[in-house]
Amino acid sequence: MQLTVWTYEGPPHVGAMRVCTGLEDVHYVLHAPQGDTYADLLFTMIERRDRRPPVTYTTFQARDLGRDTADIFRAALLDAYDRFKPAAMVVGASCTAELLQDDPAGLAAAAALPIPVCPVELPSYSKKENWGAAETFYRLVRTLAGPHAPAPGTPRPARAAGVRPSCNILGPTALGFRHRDDVIEVTRLLDLLGVDVAVTAPSGASAADLARLGAADFNVVLYPEIAGSAAQWLERTFGQPAVRTVPIGVGATRDFIAEVARVAGVDASAALAEAGSRLPWYSRSVDSTYLTGKRVFIFGDATHVLAAARIAEEELGFSVCGIGTYSREFARDVRACAERLGLEALITDDYLEVEAAIAALRPELVLGTQMERHVAKRLGVPCSVISAPVHVQDFPARHSPQCGFEGANVIFDAWVHPLMMGLEEHLLGMFRDDFEFKNGAAPSHLGHAPEAQGARAAETAETAAPQTGPSWSEDAEKELRKIPFFVRGKARRNTEAFASERSIPVITVEALYDAKAHFGR
Amino acid sequence: MNAPVFPVGNEKGCDRPILQERGQREVFCGLTSIVWLHRKIQDAFFLVIGSRTCAHLIQSAAGVMIFAEPRFATAVIEERDLAGRADLHDELDSVVGRLLERRPDIKLLFLVGSCPSEVIKLDLGRAASRLDAKLRERVRVLAYSGSGIETTFTQGEDACLSALVAEMPRMADEKGARLLVVGSLADVVEDRFRVLLEGMGIPVDFLPPRLSRDLPPVGPGTRFLLAQPFLGETARALEERGAKHLPAPFPFGEEGTTAWLGAAARSFDVPQARFEDVTAPARARARAGIARHRAALEGKSIFFFPDSQLEVPLARFLSRELGMKPVEVGTPYLHRKHLADDLDLLASDILVSEGQDVDRQLDRCRSAAPDLVVCGLGLANPLEAEGLTTKWSIELVFSPVHGYEHAGDLAELFARPLGRRGRLRV
Repeated sequence: MQLTVWTYEGPPHVGAMRVCTGLEDVHYVLHAPQGDTYADLLFTMIERRDRRPPVTYTTFQARDLGRDTADIFRAALLDAYDRFKPAAMVVGASCTAELLQDDPAGLAAAAALPIPVCPVELPSYSKKENWGAAETFYRLVRTLAGPHAPAPGTPRPARAAGVRPSCNILGPTALGFRHRDDVIEVTRLLDLLGVDVAVTAPSGASAADLARLGAADFNVVLYPEIAGSAAQWLERTFGQPAVRTVPIGVGATRDFIAEVARVAGVDASAALAEAGSRLPWYSRSVDSTYLTGKRVFIFGDATHVLAAARIAEEELGFSVCGIGTYSREFARDVRACAERLGLEALITDDYLEVEAAIAALRPELVLGTQMERHVAKRLGVPCSVISAPVHVQDFPARHSPQCGFEGANVIFDAWVHPLMMGLEEHLLGMFRDDFEFKNGAAPSHLGHAPEAQGARAAETAETAAPQTGPSWSEDAEKELRKIPFFVRGKARRNTEAFASERSIPVITVEALYDAKAHFGR
Repeated sequence: MNAPVFPVGNEKGCDRPILQERGQREVFCGLTSIVWLHRKIQDAFFLVIGSRTCAHLIQSAAGVMIFAEPRFATAVIEERDLAGRADLHDELDSVVGRLLERRPDIKLLFLVGSCPSEVIKLDLGRAASRLDAKLRERVRVLAYSGSGIETTFTQGEDACLSALVAEMPRMADEKGARLLVVGSLADVVEDRFRVLLEGMGIPVDFLPPRLSRDLPPVGPGTRFLLAQPFLGETARALEERGAKHLPAPFPFGEEGTTAWLGAAARSFDVPQARFEDVTAPARARARAGIARHRAALEGKSIFFFPDSQLEVPLARFLSRELGMKPVEVGTPYLHRKHLADDLDLLASDILVSEGQDVDRQLDRCRSAAPDLVVCGLGLANPLEAEGLTTKWSIELVFSPVHGYEHAGDLAELFARPLGRRGRLRV
């Protein structure tokens, strides 16, 4: 049993719903008790979808358990087929129905519907949402494209002369973090390279589109958490190479262009010569000097965390001080990235652990999910959201991709705007006792008094901890108050550690500045 | 599903035909009521023993991220628990231990059963009494089920309150009559009711209390008014402890509130003149508050999808005090006895339906094309996209809507979507 206060990922059948809801004409019959229908509101309220997700829930009750819940499933399946006339169906069970072992796969096979029916088994007691999405997509692709597979060993026929190369974009789903806008951006980028997009799936694809996935020359794996296993199967079965660079950030977008050019056999110079992103120039502009070495903490799904780490270090000149993910399936990649940065990755789905890490590291910027946004708000640290789980704010009305050069522009704005502007930060540091720049004053362009109060509370809580180490002289304490509140906790801890190591019993102003010189940055 | 649609006669009180349906239900399970119960009882913690779905449901239904660490959590059952590699009771003890270490402020812990815990027949009642015996000095431990196979949305509160009834102290004075108002109310509503009832000289307690140590006494002297229509089990448990139910319409609108307070006044022999004196100013305010929205709502048709069991009394309020025309009043469950007065006040040509087959009900709704649809969040935007105007039903449970001072606010909740539609030119 795991004590869970809040969870980054839903159960695996919610992943299956994200795939089916993205598709155009596939219906999901889910063996589940009443209450599980809550998942509909994720799509209709968070993403503001104008249609119900294509899901029929059997909604069995306690009184049905003694009788035949399998009958209820069979009736729901036939009714859903009659009513919605889908081109294909997915059948499965949620956590409770999994325990009943009614065998939806067998029941669906026995119903002998005249359409492809794809059973998905999603172990709810060991797996989570992204895994469920990946498994459902993989099963659907196998079921629908499988019949069109060439005999094993058949070489891929060469593309006819004069025909533009084509690819599939794999991974975008309903309820995905900026998937809607990423697809537009990546499609545009591919077009610039002279590559056509045959199918984008799951989002926007029909069952017939999935059936013809094998026809394209290669696949673009936009979100490996969702499309990794399907792309692997397509590669094996149809000999379609997979482009696995995720084009988030300027460098990654350039790498993506180069990889596509290599795989598709096209010339990348036109796409690379395009003015591209404003990020490189904005980052070189002198006003960005104050971004140098800002300590950032990164947490989210693996794809966005890995991309964020590269952008932070290489493109904005930040220093990554902590990094982690809730995507256990991709823990190895995130660990490797952390190691390159000289850090230890935090692999957890307990937000309290993430909160503790942020509180201990005292970063100057948090890049995380909506949960880290709340944590950062409490601690008075600026934050930008880079990853699912999604919130209604992650579906902005404007075009707001993460991928491609426009995505890099969006990211520059989204990460830099929450920070204190350069001069303001200096003034705040210089004039501690200014009556307007008083303790806890928030950056003027944010103007959130409660956040500043949160910061003050956090700082007070920290400084009020029982003192066992060296004590502070009155002058040193006064001097400490002149240090900006958002680094004061860290200055206090560093100074105390410095004094303890040197057996200094009372911290004087001199000791404070000795410590500052020692740790200086 | 191919559930037969058949009208059946009502057993008690009224002969109105009720449409009973079986099929896909688009409703929350009882766990959802933790969202307001944990705010109401301020020293209680709700530990759901369930799956990742349960945890995800509560955080999604609450629709908010966590600002302060909440007083609810889920002990997520894992593969190893089901495979028998871990003893569930040992696991539960250790989860509870960790929890209490984190939250020393908790005085009452509810172990809340879920669909998976019911299906694997995990005996949470036994676990609760074992933990209660062990931890008694420090925290009380109770159990109830909020599972979707047994409870629908607000029935979770019914299950929680009936667990509390067993813990209520025995009333010391067997002869002294006291009134008990049963059901979670917004604090501001509770305070207004207290002022009115004490103004009539009626000694009153509320269940649930704001702090678990303030659990009111119960006994043969207790007379209780239900403030919510979904408390069948709680009422039965109170009657078993000797308390007497005062039947009344539910306190929505000026008429409902007056009849509800009147039931208490009659039972406590409050002179008519005193009742008038105490209630008159608030009644006048309620009438004025309601009148402000009458023009917007009068003559408009309204269709209720089942959600909270508040549907019947709300339809009664809207039809009698605002002149709305209910087309269908869907409710997940109809407590015929507790709702007898409200049903009597609802015109007999209004269809009342119990249970749900959501696709059939959507067909009926589309063909009726009502001016306003009251439905859950899963249906609201899709219906808006089809051109219907909707009111999310969950807001009716999460807002102070009972009593005189909020009668106008209650009417406004229904007028707002219509007003908004009238304003928009995009």
